[in-house]
Amino acid sequence: MLDSLLALGGLVLLRDSVEWEGRSLLKALVKKSALCGEQVHILGCEVSEEEFREGFDSDINNRLVYHDFFRDPLNWSKTEEAFPGGPLGALRAMCKRTDPVPVTIALDSLSWLLLRLPCTTLCQVLHAVSHQDSCPGDSSSVGKVSVLGLLHEELHGPGPVGALSSLAQTEVTLGGTMGQASAHILCRRPRQRPTDQTQWFSILPDFSLDLQEGPSVESQPYSDPHIPPVSKNAKVDPTTHLTFNLHLSKKEREARDSLILPFQFSSEKQQALLRPRPGQATSHIFYEPDAYDDLDQEDPDDDLDI
Amino acid sequence: MARERGQLVFLEGLKSAVDVVFQAQKEPHPLQFLREANAGNLKPLFEFVREALKPVDSGEARWTYPVLLVDDLSVLLSLGMGAVAVLDFIHYCRATVCWELKGNMVVLVHDSGDAEDEENDILLNGLSHQSHLILRAEGLATGFCRDVHGQLRILWRRPSQPAVHRDQSFTYQYKIQDKSVSFFAKGMSPAVL
Repeated sequence: MLDSLLALGGLVLLRDSVEWEGRSLLKALVKKSALCGEQVHILGCEVSEEEFREGFDSDINNRLVYHDFFRDPLNWSKTEEAFPGGPLGALRAMCKRTDPVPVTIALDSLSWLLLRLPCTTLCQVLHAVSHQDSCPGDSSSVGKVSVLGLLHEELHGPGPVGALSSLAQTEVTLGGTMGQASAHILCRRPRQRPTDQTQWFSILPDFSLDLQEGPSVESQPYSDPHIPPVSKNAKVDPTTHLTFNLHLSKKEREARDSLILPFQFSSEKQQALLRPRPGQATSHIFYEPDAYDDLDQEDPDDDLDI
Repeated sequence: MARERGQLVFLEGLKSAVDVVFQAQKEPHPLQFLREANAGNLKPLFEFVREALKPVDSGEARWTYPVLLVDDLSVLLSLGMGAVAVLDFIHYCRATVCWELKGNMVVLVHDSGDAEDEENDILLNGLSHQSHLILRAEGLATGFCRDVHGQLRILWRRPSQPAVHRDQSFTYQYKIQDKSVSFFAKGMSPAVL
């Protein structure tokens, strides 16, 4: 599923962390789009153009349209070289395209934009850009648009992240264990239930995506050498090493089923109470009053008019 | 000696702060934000850095591959700058020092730990995402020790070179001596062996 992320179009959120960086995956997806013949635009805010293009061969690099907002994003040099309107202006300009060719827009990074722009403005522009291929009433067929946004999770609160998440068609959360990276992919298709899956992967030196099975069970850390490793497909029976018996034999099961509970009021019990068996001695109570007892033979309820 | 040769440029923050607060300044001062009620950015400080890195016309060979050391960024937060303004300053320094002049930057920032300082966390995490190498110095989990002063976690982040083995995190323990630091693997301090 990781290699078909861009097939849906719309906004794809790549959520990474300090420990599990997402730029490699972003570059791998950019390379994939370029090889599929799509138009690829990069909004580069966090790293220089040279650093982003590093590792791509010239064929891929020639297909990338790079918008450089790294050198002077806030126009401190006052040279007017920067794109008027900054990165947001460049994004808005992409809303007005009429090209039938599918396009991928990579935002490196969405976090950079979210820290410096109002969340609502950014969400509105992202929605306009990523949904321009589904505008009703538009006679010209605009090609499919995919927007890849790299988001550094630790930098933002739950509000902005939640807002972006609700806009996204696909969310990829990066993680991993024991040196192997994983992507948890949550996919929202229109009129269908969201699907999620976890895919283990690695990025090769040429930024190709290599899908993998996942770390093997035997190599898990802190494994107890006395417990043999369990293969993936075997079901573990939790009752095998217990000190008490959880199972019943057939005879025991029958005896249990025929047992009448002591407080269950069955018809036999009712009859036994209503008709005591003949020969059964009525019970007597023998009471020896002691000196302190005050025995009053009068009925205390005598004065009640019932 | 380095200072005499023009190899070292030192901005003494405390002393400069006294100058900017108590003396009228004709030109924008690197720590201009201390005088301003709503200082939005650290552009004057960045311009000081850029000026300091300009080659001097003295006939000698130009210094190459500069190193910018910042000690420490958390102080700027305490002085009222926002985390994003500090990140912008570092961004521009990176563009000049690392990209334009092919140099390196070493930046110190404090981790607020359990103090839940949101601005400091944004600064720390924002810097971490921009860094190629993170050195995290922390005390021992078990408390104070006379022979092992702390441990250093080293995390390599090389997004542009994914061939580098993923498990690039090392932890060493260290002891600070008079003029040096000695490192050893966890549990391998000479004092305990």
